[in-house]
Amino acid sequence: MDYKGVWILAEQSRGRVQRISHELLTRARQLAHNRGTDVAAMIFGHNIRQSDLQELIDRGADRVVAVEAPQLEKFLPEPYAACMLKIIADYKPEIIIAGATSTGRTLMPYVAVRANAGLTADCTVLDIEQETGNLLQTRPAIGGNILATIKTPSHRPQMATVRPRSTKPAAKQHGRTGEIVRLKAPAHCLESRIKHVGFIPNESEHSLQESDIVVSAGRGIGKAENLPLVQRLADELRAALGASRDVVDRGWLSYPHQVGLSGKTVSPKLYFACGISGAIQHLAGMQTSETIVAVNTDADAQIFSVADFGIVGDIFEILPVLCERLKQAGSRQ
Amino acid sequence: MHIVVPIKQVPETNAVKMDEKTGTMIREGVEAIVNPLDLYAIETAVRLREQYEGDVVAISMGPPKAEAALREAVAMGCDSAVLLSDKAFAGSDTWATSYVLAAAIRKLNNYDLVICGERATDGDTGQVGPGIASSLDLPVATYVGKIEKFSNGYCRVHRLIEQGHEILDVKLPAVLTVVKEIANPRLPTLRGKQKARKIDIPVWGVDSLKVETGRLGLNGSPTRVVKIFRPKLARQCQKHVADDDQAVVQAVDKLVAFLQQKQLI
Repeated sequence: MDYKGVWILAEQSRGRVQRISHELLTRARQLAHNRGTDVAAMIFGHNIRQSDLQELIDRGADRVVAVEAPQLEKFLPEPYAACMLKIIADYKPEIIIAGATSTGRTLMPYVAVRANAGLTADCTVLDIEQETGNLLQTRPAIGGNILATIKTPSHRPQMATVRPRSTKPAAKQHGRTGEIVRLKAPAHCLESRIKHVGFIPNESEHSLQESDIVVSAGRGIGKAENLPLVQRLADELRAALGASRDVVDRGWLSYPHQVGLSGKTVSPKLYFACGISGAIQHLAGMQTSETIVAVNTDADAQIFSVADFGIVGDIFEILPVLCERLKQAGSRQ
Repeated sequence: MHIVVPIKQVPETNAVKMDEKTGTMIREGVEAIVNPLDLYAIETAVRLREQYEGDVVAISMGPPKAEAALREAVAMGCDSAVLLSDKAFAGSDTWATSYVLAAAIRKLNNYDLVICGERATDGDTGQVGPGIASSLDLPVATYVGKIEKFSNGYCRVHRLIEQGHEILDVKLPAVLTVVKEIANPRLPTLRGKQKARKIDIPVWGVDSLKVETGRLGLNGSPTRVVKIFRPKLARQCQKHVADDDQAVVQAVDKLVAFLQQKQLI
């Protein structure tokens, strides 16, 4: 098989390259190093900023292929798939990794079926098997209760998605050089049976994944009426408000707040878990946080096994005292 | 409106217990249920049928016992069901699963929409919906939170993405994968349950479908699971017990000192 090179699917919005692309470069550089090969980025869009393409080089790509057309400005499965299939045909990538974003999670399976390629979703660890050079893809399954390592022995390319925010963006190295290719998308790649007719932006810009501090509520809050208690702590810490799946399933908070395997992955400087028992499904979405604090009445709760600091106690007694202390500490500064 | 809803029978993942010694799943006593996210697909399909008439067919690929999941779909209002079951299908990854489901949908022939749950709670991949679309060469809209209207052979949907809702016109026939926002799944009615008990559920195997045998099951799957293991959770937690007012104050003091030392406040 003459497939070679590690490729990422870089994403753009309104011509600007998105952060996930830089995170993928971190993964790709590591894989390329272990495989002894180069890193390339493919990106589909319209009027993508040249300096952003150069930044992909600065952050670790050796080659960038930008396929452009007005119809590629926003993600549409058919034209994006046609463009990715063209890249696969022209360049024969050995590995393609994409973000597990709404785009990556739609485009990658659509392409994998056509390309007769293996695809693994939501990988947490990617590595190269030294003896065979195969990509080893490790991902959580069965609600995060197990991790499975998966490989694609005889189909190429090997395709994988990784969760946004599960790695840091690759650092810029000034003076890095690489090739930037801008291609006009061929007309036959632009047919779509789907049309964009509008867009409604989220009302509150949900900063859960961008926030340095996340305070999350679990089933321990007991009922929706107790949420202000946790919200107050979030306000004191200037944190975003998260929730476990239980809390969202009960309708106490909306889905965009959900942290975990079936919600968002967060990796803040501080994750503060209030009344969360720590089902693996939840831990899968927050255990890479730099510091984890947990308050729970059950001393054996699993959340303590991933926490750096734990208080075994009742959130209804602890949170008000803590908020008061934080307020004092804040006003003294 | 003719609608196909592919569903999956899954273990109740919240109830899954692991054998700490062997690292395997304890399957005993774990209930097999309809993938919870498929209930939203069933509900969406049944509502469309109620509004526009037509029929809803539930299909599922799995072992013979997956028939129970299909009976539940009928109890919720699906008109009929087909089970795709054959030893040759065993060990399929998402590629091979999409391939067989697509072959079954092609055989059903008359359909306007294929509606899938966003993902199954056991595999958690979300790859089969788009995979079916690709295999059938249909357009796909994922993460659909609302179906607004149908006109001139198009379906207008709201697709939930990171920054908001995209509004898309999707040409029919098409595949949609739906998220929780779309509808509240109904409970089966007594009449539905009676119908589900009596209904004949045909079983389609390799011989009933136009498929290449080399593309089925484990042999037809590009991916291989090479290792299964338990996630390691390891941090040294300094734990403080706060069981009375004084202990609460002390624990909070220590926490504040800890956060200050980490320069988090």
